[in-house]
Parts: sequence; C-alpha cells; structure tokens
Amino acid sequence: MPQLSNINQEKSPRATGWHPPRSFFWRPVFTLWQRELVRFVRQRSRLFGALGQPLLFWLLLGAGLSPSFQPAGAPEHLNYLEYFFPGTILLILLFSAIFTNISIIEDRTSGFLQSVLVAPVHPAVLVLGKVGGGATLALVQAVLFLLLAPVLGIALTWRTLLFATLVLALSAGAMTALGFAIAWRMDSTQGFHVIMNVFLIPLWLLSGAFFPAAGTPAPLQWIIMINPVTYCLAALRQCLYAPEINRAMALPPAGLAWLITVIFAIAMFGLALWSRRRAYRLP
Amino acid sequence: MNSQPLVQIENLTHSYDGRPALRGVGFSVYAGEIFGILGPNGGGKTTLFRILATLFQAGGGRALVAGFDVAQQPQQVRSRLGVVFQSPSVDGKLTVAENLHHQGRLYGLHGALLEQRLTALLQRFGLQDRRHELVENLSGGLRRRVELAKGLLHQPAILLLDEPSTGLDPGARKDLWDLLRSLQTAEGVTALLTTHLLEEAEKCDRLAILDAGRLIALGTPEELKARIGGDVIMLNSPQPELLRQRCRELFQIEATLVDGRVRLERAHGHEFVPRLIEAFPGMITSLTIGKPTLEDVFIKETGHQFWQGATAQRG
Repeated sequence: MPQLSNINQEKSPRATGWHPPRSFFWRPVFTLWQRELVRFVRQRSRLFGALGQPLLFWLLLGAGLSPSFQPAGAPEHLNYLEYFFPGTILLILLFSAIFTNISIIEDRTSGFLQSVLVAPVHPAVLVLGKVGGGATLALVQAVLFLLLAPVLGIALTWRTLLFATLVLALSAGAMTALGFAIAWRMDSTQGFHVIMNVFLIPLWLLSGAFFPAAGTPAPLQWIIMINPVTYCLAALRQCLYAPEINRAMALPPAGLAWLITVIFAIAMFGLALWSRRRAYRLP
Repeated sequence: MNSQPLVQIENLTHSYDGRPALRGVGFSVYAGEIFGILGPNGGGKTTLFRILATLFQAGGGRALVAGFDVAQQPQQVRSRLGVVFQSPSVDGKLTVAENLHHQGRLYGLHGALLEQRLTALLQRFGLQDRRHELVENLSGGLRRRVELAKGLLHQPAILLLDEPSTGLDPGARKDLWDLLRSLQTAEGVTALLTTHLLEEAEKCDRLAILDAGRLIALGTPEELKARIGGDVIMLNSPQPELLRQRCRELFQIEATLVDGRVRLERAHGHEFVPRLIEAFPGMITSLTIGKPTLEDVFIKETGHQFWQGATAQRG
C-alpha cells in the first residue's frame, strides 16, 4: 500500500492509516443532532407549522364536532375536544417528522447533506443525528402541547407526565425514522407530499386518533388493528384518561400497546438504517 | 513534485442505465499541482467527480486517492479529501463558525485543535470579522470562501472542487483563483477541479479534456495548444464544403468543417491569408485568424465545437 503521508499531511491529526476512535462515532452524531435543533430555532415558520396547525385543527374540529360527537363505545361524558386531544399530540409528532425529513430531499441538489455524505463517518451517524434531532424537536413540541391537558380537566401528575413523555419519545422516534426511510428514496418533494397524503396522514387517521374503531366498517377496523400508530395512541390514552374511560373505549391492553410501541420504534429505526445503506439518489 | 501520484485513475468506466458516461478514462494527478478536468456538459466531469468523492462506485476500472481505492477503502479516501461542491453545502441558517464546527466534528476534529484550525482558516480567508454572521447573509463570493475553508479544515491531501466558479461574478472568480494559487504556493495544496469554462482551464497547471466520456487530451495548457501547428484560420463561405476541398487540393493542407466554417491550421498564418484570398476570389466572405486556444485543441481532437459536445447524457 503506497503511503503518501509526507504530502501535505504532516500537520494532519491522522497522517497515515486511519483508525477512528470510539468518540468519533458519537461526536458527529451530536453535531448533527445539535444542527437540527439550532436550525429549528432559527426557522420560526416551522414552529408554527408543526405546533400551530395541529392546535388549530384541534380547536376547530373539536369545537365543530363536539356537539354531534357520540360514537359507539365512547363514554358519554367524553367530549370531542378531550377525545381528539391525544390524537392531536400524535399529529404534532407526525408533522414534525415530515418537516424534519423534507430537508433530506431538498438537500439533494444543494445543502449540508452533501458534505455529510462524503465525510469519513459511519453511515449510521447520519441516521442517528438526523432522526435523533428530529425526534427531539417533535417530542419537545408534543410535550408543550401535552401541558394543555389540565385545561380539559385531565390531571397531569408527575407519573402521567413521565409515562406520556416516554410513549411520545418512542412514537416520535418511530415516526421520524419512518419519514427518514421514505425521504431517503424520494427524488422530489412533490413525491414526498404524495406519500404524506396517501400514507402518513391515513396512518394517523386510522389509528383511532380522529374517530374510534368501534362502529366503523370491518375493513377499516382491520386496518386500525394492524396499524402500529393505534397502539402508540392507545398507550398515550391510557396514560392520560381515567381507567373507566379507557375500559369503555375498548382499547388494546396496556401491556400490548407498550410492547407494540417499542417494537414499532425499533423496527422503524432499523428501516431507516437499512435505507441509509442504500445509495442516496443523486439528481 | 512527488513521483507517486496523489490521484491515480485507471480505465474508469461508468454508465447510467446503459448510457455510457465514462468510457475508459485514465490519468494521474501529482502533489502540488492544480489539475483541471475540462469538458462540455455531458462530457463526464460530474460523474468522475462523484466517483472520486466516493458518492458512488464506478462501473469499471479503478481510482486511487493517496494510494487508497475509492471503491474499496472509501473511509480512508474520505478523510484525505476536501470536497467543495458546485452547489452550496454550507448551511445558510448557521453562522460561519457553526458551519465550520460541524464540518470539523464530522472529520474527527474537536476542542482546541478545531478552534486553532478554524481561527487560522478564517484569518487566511479574511473571514474573521464574519465569524458570527449567518452564512445566508454573506455575498456569493464570501460564501464560496466558507466552502473552501470547510474543505480545507481537516488538512486534506487533496482538494476536490466541482465547477468552483459556477455562479460567481468575475471579481469573486478571480478572488477564488488567487486564494487557490496562494494555498498552492504557501501550503503546497493540491487541487483537482472540474470546469466547463475555457478561461478557467487556462489557469490550471495541467488539464485533462473530456468529451462524451473519453479523455481526448492531457497536458499543460501550453503543451496542448502547441500541438496545433501555428495559427488557426477560420473561413466563412457561402460554399464551405467546396472551399474545404479546394483548400486541400491547392495547398495540401488539413482543412476541416466546423459548424459550417472551414478551419485551417498554419504556421505564420498572417502570411498565408493573402494567398488564400487570392486563390479563392469571392468564396471567402470573412475570416478570423488567431493563436490557438483550448477550444481549438478541443475542436482538433473531437471535430466539433466545445458547446456542441453537450449531449443528453448526464455529466
């Protein structure tokens, strides 16, 4: 192996054979994570898009549907604002995951991502940094929204807050990783919008977020049953509502809801890692 | 100049879904030189750049950077390459220093060493008072400097630049070249750049000219131009094909048809021109005579003009 260490490299920290230290894995991850956060803070419109839009949906749909909302299975004293509240939090996660990953497509022709692709880092660094950063942002926004719970008469104890945050962290990771995997293979933002409308939004709609499964046609019930987001939402509802409401709504058992949420997060992260190994589509 | 090439490209081929973009290209780049890859759009420059930058693997042949194979040992190659992309890779929402911090950490730099390199580069590039400014507020020329600083932060063995002058006004273009030159003289930086600008190619120490995926010429700009025998005369005529034949018959001279004009090479062209005009009265409507340029080199090797070389292929 010819070594050219004498050329222009004497001052370099790694002049010859290159053996990255372990810290070299986590420092790049941290730097990419940090970048996601700093960028977010400097883009006010994103804050509105991810937090304002779901808030608006919740208030308008909640106010509009509350008088007529009385689906099969839901307890009588549960109004729609309250029913829709956990679903709105998941919508915040979903929107945030979409906004975070859209930059992967935009960066294809120009942008910071190019320099990450030619940097001597492990392929997983990009996934961890990007998904980690995106999920952190999603989680912070979701928890901020969660703090509105007392307005609806939902008592927020430390225990509630802790478990709800845990469910949200897992769900945020899963959705951001799913968005990453999709965005990695897309070559236009238009394409990503199509996927968002025909796949990601329905994934949320058919999770019991917007209407309960009980009373819907059988095919819808099956989709709701195999949709992992259903279980994220169920776990969240169980954290927030009183036990008798949860029982009345015939949610999946808490253990199952948590288990599937964890599996969903791990599987989506694996999917993102697997996608990253495939070539990035260049223009 | 070191005898061992810093970049060694051997019989490199690549195609996109059956459309060939590189058809067996080979050349070497040595330490300390500014090496240009000149070609029209679709010539294969961008494909070659991406293969060298380890963005994808070549279909055939091999490329070594500092002795490491770009396909087999991409991480070793990456740590030795400073890549400057054609489109901006700086983050406009971050400050100059933040951009460089992220870049440094991606290359294993941190702490005092990173600070030291960063400060040195900002000073070198006259950016120290822009340190905390958002990159999106900088002019195009200054942004390009940040790009260059990013590429040099980890002291790469070679700087790889894709169309570095694209989108720059003439002043910023000159500024970029002054910087490259001073880096070359003061720090022995080696640069490999792609360009479709003939005047930019003139400034390179050595050149590889690509057309339709083939290497058509390799050498210093002077060497390449010296291949052309003397001056280049271009004739406009209402009957170019006839004029071309008559030139050949009468003067036993190589005459070619380029873009509807007759092209001749001749030593002491100014003495030859009156003879031409006398020999073909009424057949020459106008003519130009000039010292050979790189475009003439291109025309000589390909038989067509530089800008006609662009095909539907991607570059």
